[in-house]
Amino acid sequence: MYAAVCIRSFRRYSTYRAATWARVFTNTVFGFILTYTYVALWHVRPHLGGYDLSAAITYVWIGQGLLSLLAVGDLGALADLQTRIASGDVAVDLFRPVDQQRWWLAVDAGRAGYQLLTNALVPMLVGGLAFHLRLPQGSAVDVVASWVATVLALVLALLVSYALRYLVALTGFWLLDLRGVQLVYYLTSCFFGGFFLPVTVFPAALEAVARALPFIAVFQVPADVFLQHYDTAGTLGALGVQLGWAVVLLGLGRLVQSRAVLKVVVQGG
Amino acid sequence: MDEVLIEVEGVTKSFVVRRRAGRLRRAREVVNAVAGLDFTVRRGEMVGYIGPNGAGKSTTVKMLTGILLPSTGRLRVAGADPVRDRVRLAQRMGVVFGQRTTLWWDLPLRDSYELARRIYRIPDAAYTRNLDRCVELLELAPLLDVPVRQLSLGQRMRGDIAAALLHDPEVLYLDEPTIGLDVVSKRRVREFLARINAERGTTVLLTTHDLTDIEQLCSRVMVIDHGRVVYDGGLDGLHRQGRSERTLVVELEREAPPIELSGTRVVRCEGTRQWLAFPASASAAPLVAELAGRYGLRDLSVREPEIEDVIARMYGEAERADTAVARVG
Repeated sequence: MYAAVCIRSFRRYSTYRAATWARVFTNTVFGFILTYTYVALWHVRPHLGGYDLSAAITYVWIGQGLLSLLAVGDLGALADLQTRIASGDVAVDLFRPVDQQRWWLAVDAGRAGYQLLTNALVPMLVGGLAFHLRLPQGSAVDVVASWVATVLALVLALLVSYALRYLVALTGFWLLDLRGVQLVYYLTSCFFGGFFLPVTVFPAALEAVARALPFIAVFQVPADVFLQHYDTAGTLGALGVQLGWAVVLLGLGRLVQSRAVLKVVVQGG
Repeated sequence: MDEVLIEVEGVTKSFVVRRRAGRLRRAREVVNAVAGLDFTVRRGEMVGYIGPNGAGKSTTVKMLTGILLPSTGRLRVAGADPVRDRVRLAQRMGVVFGQRTTLWWDLPLRDSYELARRIYRIPDAAYTRNLDRCVELLELAPLLDVPVRQLSLGQRMRGDIAAALLHDPEVLYLDEPTIGLDVVSKRRVREFLARINAERGTTVLLTTHDLTDIEQLCSRVMVIDHGRVVYDGGLDGLHRQGRSERTLVVELEREAPPIELSGTRVVRCEGTRQWLAFPASASAAPLVAELAGRYGLRDLSVREPEIEDVIARMYGEAERADTAVARVG
């Protein structure tokens, strides 16, 4: 059943072609802007944060690719949940004999699948044509292992991102107007997730803060896994941290959900 | 058919409303949307549930479907607690919120039905049978491949009603299913509801502002006001309870002073025509006989009371007296 929800969500997103291409275009243009900024920065400070120039440029384009896929900076499919809470349409969802958290995860997975094929692949391809991007290197085993680890890291990143956004959307049951919360969430998740700049570039204290927060599991970890920034143990550790955050945050989501459902006030009668 | 399906005992629901009181302060205020509801519904009944805006109708439906938790009181549907057993009970309930849709806005109608099939794990045979039937009776065939956002209100409502019935629910809650529909759509929806109630024995609880819905569909009506049931019984009893009046319209052969006839009062006088009101429960025959004996009559007709007036009077009274529950068989 959740698979059917996921497929329908994918189809739903694919009905808005113009919006998709507008987004692809924007992401690509910003990719160029960021790349030239990074080039200037790395020219002054080579090996900043432990990345060489080609790794840094790849980091930018991974970022542009994952921006929509992982819904960094927006709520993804959960924007719908938030609107439905505000309008009271959530009553209809609550009536269905389904688990809300899994339901919306399926919806969000459908969205992510669609974004992967459009907003993730196209900017990365354009970036790859315009600049030299670094793909996993080494022996055949290393390359395959890196790709497998990257896919795993992406799946876990999506779970952590989903769990965080689910929590943000659920606050709607108490706050109704989420614009403030959303803005704080966007900025925090982009900044501490290493989306603007890798957190290794931050001063030590700030980097420590970033490493203690879950946002890093959404963006910087999968990017670093792809860039082979870690050795084998490091990669497994990073995946473990992602898994840990996913479990903790999804658990927290369930807890908040059970509270929210009891205090639900259906807006608009 | 005598089994009690829905039991509501002393159910209340209060909300905290914050309103502005001065520039920065906000006052908390507790609003009782439902203030002590008691009623039962038997399997196979079709009950109209009416009341003015804000009376607590939708809140009741949301508590019955397990979406809202009652503040106090006991509520059972098929013996189960709707909030605690929400997921299990949802298999046995269908709901249509007239002002909201369960359909997927951006996708063809058919997709929403396919999804319902998975959500409710409807066996293939039952799904095909129910869908075919709904498509035929609600005339959905040309709409199945149209995205829901492109449907008109009446088409969408028919689509929603079908979606609520695919899993063969034992009880169907309809929250204003005819709101905003034109006459033809309303009739189609009513005919359909009457049919599923008669053929499948589906219990139906219908909230509405359209009293024609009630007159055509429901043998029993509950009137709720200020969160309480102020009337529960048949339509005829509603007239008694609301002290409704019928009207004799008399056309005399020549102008006369207002007619004095015991048990009636003249409400209007216009040339040779006079309007005499009398209790709806009284028989018109003796009045007509006496009139014919005393006056030369050119014409005479009896007008039935408008149910709208009855209800309006009842709402007004409830407001004045906040009356105790009245039960009339």
